[in-house]
Amino acid sequence: MGKVATTIDSKLREAFSPVRLAIEDESSKHHGHAGWREGGETHFRVEIVSQAFEGKTRVARQRLVYAALKAELDAGLHALAMETLTPAEDAKR
Amino acid sequence: MSEPQVFERIRDEIGKNDVLLFMKGTPVFPQCGFSAAVVDVLSQLGVKFHGVNILVDPELRQGIKEFSQWPTIPQLYVKGEFIGGCDIVREMFETGELEQVFKEKGVALAEAA
Repeated sequence: MGKVATTIDSKLREAFSPVRLAIEDESSKHHGHAGWREGGETHFRVEIVSQAFEGKTRVARQRLVYAALKAELDAGLHALAMETLTPAEDAKR
Repeated sequence: MSEPQVFERIRDEIGKNDVLLFMKGTPVFPQCGFSAAVVDVLSQLGVKFHGVNILVDPELRQGIKEFSQWPTIPQLYVKGEFIGGCDIVREMFETGELEQVFKEKGVALAEAA
């Protein structure tokens, strides 16, 4: 795992105590696009399953994730695709 | 009184357009895959929308992130309500919720979109 990915991983674990967390670095797929830079780690996809999302709208959930990763977003993390599920929603999939 | 001046413009745009997409590029030439994905969803639903290209307007580009409390682009507004970014729009499209939002808010959809 790269440096940014490692930070994302630890911050999301701390913020959401997820029952499942998957982080995928998609930076190479965005080669040459806006926000891409040499060395990568600019575009990520995260899947978070956490009780913390219970009773919250999609917008509220994603705002929580953005807030947890504010420092990284300010430092060049350009795109964050996310799936935010409660354990109950995850079980229904 | 410390509200950024650009908020006034943003409110004006949102007020004028029932379906408004803040995006990178234009509806015809999106310059980012995430913006393109939302344009695609709106086209599939046959919804008329107005696209605002934030790439040509640095003040707006920063301002919209603060206004919506949302750090990424694209951002979709329907009748003044912030719906979300690319993931949310796609997910709501797949579940049929997005179509429902447009219907409830009285936004016209093309027949058999």
